[in-house]
Amino acid sequence: MTGLGSLISPAATLSIAHVLAGALVLASFMMLYQDRLSSVINVLALHSTVLGVAVGWQAYIQHAPELYITAGLALGFKAVVIPIALQRIVIRLGIHHQIEAVGGISVTMLAGIGLVALSLVVMLRTAAHADALAREDVALALAVILLGMLMMVTRRNAVSQIVGFMSLENGLILAAAGAQGMPLVVEISVAFSILIAFIVIGVFLFRIRERFDTVDSAALDAFRGEAQ
Amino acid sequence: MTGIAYDAVIATIAIPTLAALILAVVPSWRLAAGINVGATFLTLAASTVLLRYRPVPTELFLIDDLNIVFLLLNGFVGFTTSMFSASYIAHELQTGHLTPRYLRFYHAMYQVMMVGMNLALITNNLGLMWFGVELATLSTVMMVGIYRTPASIEASWKYLILGSVGIALALFGTILIYLAAKPVLGVGMGAMQWTNLLHRAAELDPAMLNVGFIFLLIGYGTKAGLVPMHAWLPDAHAEGPTPISAVLSGLLLNVALYAILRFKMLLAMSHATVQPGILMIGVGLLSLFFAAIMLYRRRDIKRMFAYSSIEHMGIIAFAFGIGGPLGNIAGLLQMMMHSLTKSAIFFSVGHIAQAKGTQKIAAITGLTKSHPLLGWTLVAGVAAIAGLPPFGIFTSEFLLITSTFARAPLLAVLLGFGILLAFGALLMRMTSVCFGEPSEVSYPITASSISIFLHLGIVLLVGLAMPAFLYAWFAHVATLLG
Repeated sequence: MTGLGSLISPAATLSIAHVLAGALVLASFMMLYQDRLSSVINVLALHSTVLGVAVGWQAYIQHAPELYITAGLALGFKAVVIPIALQRIVIRLGIHHQIEAVGGISVTMLAGIGLVALSLVVMLRTAAHADALAREDVALALAVILLGMLMMVTRRNAVSQIVGFMSLENGLILAAAGAQGMPLVVEISVAFSILIAFIVIGVFLFRIRERFDTVDSAALDAFRGEAQ
Repeated sequence: MTGIAYDAVIATIAIPTLAALILAVVPSWRLAAGINVGATFLTLAASTVLLRYRPVPTELFLIDDLNIVFLLLNGFVGFTTSMFSASYIAHELQTGHLTPRYLRFYHAMYQVMMVGMNLALITNNLGLMWFGVELATLSTVMMVGIYRTPASIEASWKYLILGSVGIALALFGTILIYLAAKPVLGVGMGAMQWTNLLHRAAELDPAMLNVGFIFLLIGYGTKAGLVPMHAWLPDAHAEGPTPISAVLSGLLLNVALYAILRFKMLLAMSHATVQPGILMIGVGLLSLFFAAIMLYRRRDIKRMFAYSSIEHMGIIAFAFGIGGPLGNIAGLLQMMMHSLTKSAIFFSVGHIAQAKGTQKIAAITGLTKSHPLLGWTLVAGVAAIAGLPPFGIFTSEFLLITSTFARAPLLAVLLGFGILLAFGALLMRMTSVCFGEPSEVSYPITASSISIFLHLGIVLLVGLAMPAFLYAWFAHVATLLG
């Protein structure tokens, strides 16, 4: 760790970084149990805000000014623009009050806890030789990524899936920012933002409401072009 | 001579980029199709120059004996597909499936895809490689959904979501590799360069490489269509325009596999304890058996050949997993032959689906009688893809099974059984399509068969008499792969 602010001790700097990363995991958990689409989107805004602050802190303690761009992107684009666009989409489609069958919140939460434990066990052991900042950050980031995937598999609505993917991507940006001095982080975060913009526009244009509304296999066959 | 080499490297990216920009504004589709063919030809020419003049690796670019194989194949199939595409889209336009505006978009995206793939292949940087694969994926996603039917939008949505998760996991793997390299190579770009990483592989943190490789295998494996991350592949192949099915199977899957191979090389040189080979053999066999069984239940002709691509990616992953000189040669040969054969099959199938107005296997019969040219090229293509002599895939599969027998007889038996299983399915489904009484529906089409003959001709030539230079070349690359 080089050049820390004179007022904050190195240990405190690390602790703040860890608290912010932990807050991101917490926000991921909050997302898991939301059953209304508009509240899912609100939690996404919170998630991205936490990411923005966490990346901003990394930019400060690593003296990496280019990371402020990534932080700004998270705070501006992912915490404000995308949530507003998604809210408008769900209102347009008339599904903002829709209650989504999340299917056993307690089971999902338990699975989430299991995933967090798994990522901590795996990554803390794997990254035992890395510096403390990267080690904890990558471990918590993996937890966010896995929780994002859990979100994507437990939801069937396209909008919730986008939100799940965005939280997953937030975890990736956290990992990339924590990997001190990793090149192309800014470019990668821009690339991801473009990808997300495409996804959101796609949903908006094509009104993708539900993936597989039905579990009736005949309907699936028809979609696959394989009906008799 | 390095001047020419550098220019050629730049050209493999610059030509398609420029072409994409031009194609985005050219209103006439005929002219656009012509520019598309011209640009892909120039890209191929640039790749061919690299065969002769090899530039010294720089921070950004690395051309070695491994990626030149992929780059040439990419250029060649990209070029022949653009020729097929020109005749295919003319028919789609006549029947009103596509409008000129969408075609403009389609041609621009085709070139963007070429940019992405070439970038992933020639770059010396892990981050840029990831970016190239993402670019290629995004552009194909948009082309898959171009018909705007509910099925094609659903297919491209599925492809987008699964592809994005795959690409996200690959990025996490890349971050871990960087973290492994950082203590050795220092902070910054240096720790993300293949040349540096391979040079000092032995010093990298093995634990980090282990976990990193798992993520990379799952991430890039999704793009390569390996089971169980394959779910997007059949839909994307079946619902998109057929030229895109041809490049997806023929090129994009290979590019993803190339990424996995690079990381496998890195692990082989390091002290990492994960055995990439065993993992690849595992997913390879799984893909082979899953696809072979699924082939029996297919009723859509494009979807059927999509499953056949999963099967072949499984065989290729298995071959590189077995490794060693012979395994790697078999893998490279299988990959090349599969690309050429499968894209030729899709060229035929594309015209067949247009001639019959359907992709349903049950509605397509007796092609050798009604459309002799298309029918017989499909027969030849299916015989080649099923691994019958005298085609090239027979050579590579024979090489693979015999070399596996010497090292792991049980695996060779499993592999042989899987290949036979798939062979049976192809035979069962394709007999009625090609032979028997032709079905009545038939629309006039003007098929362009140059690309089909070119591909099948090479596959036949390699099967009959493998050129010595090709063998020597692959043998050399095989030693690099370890």
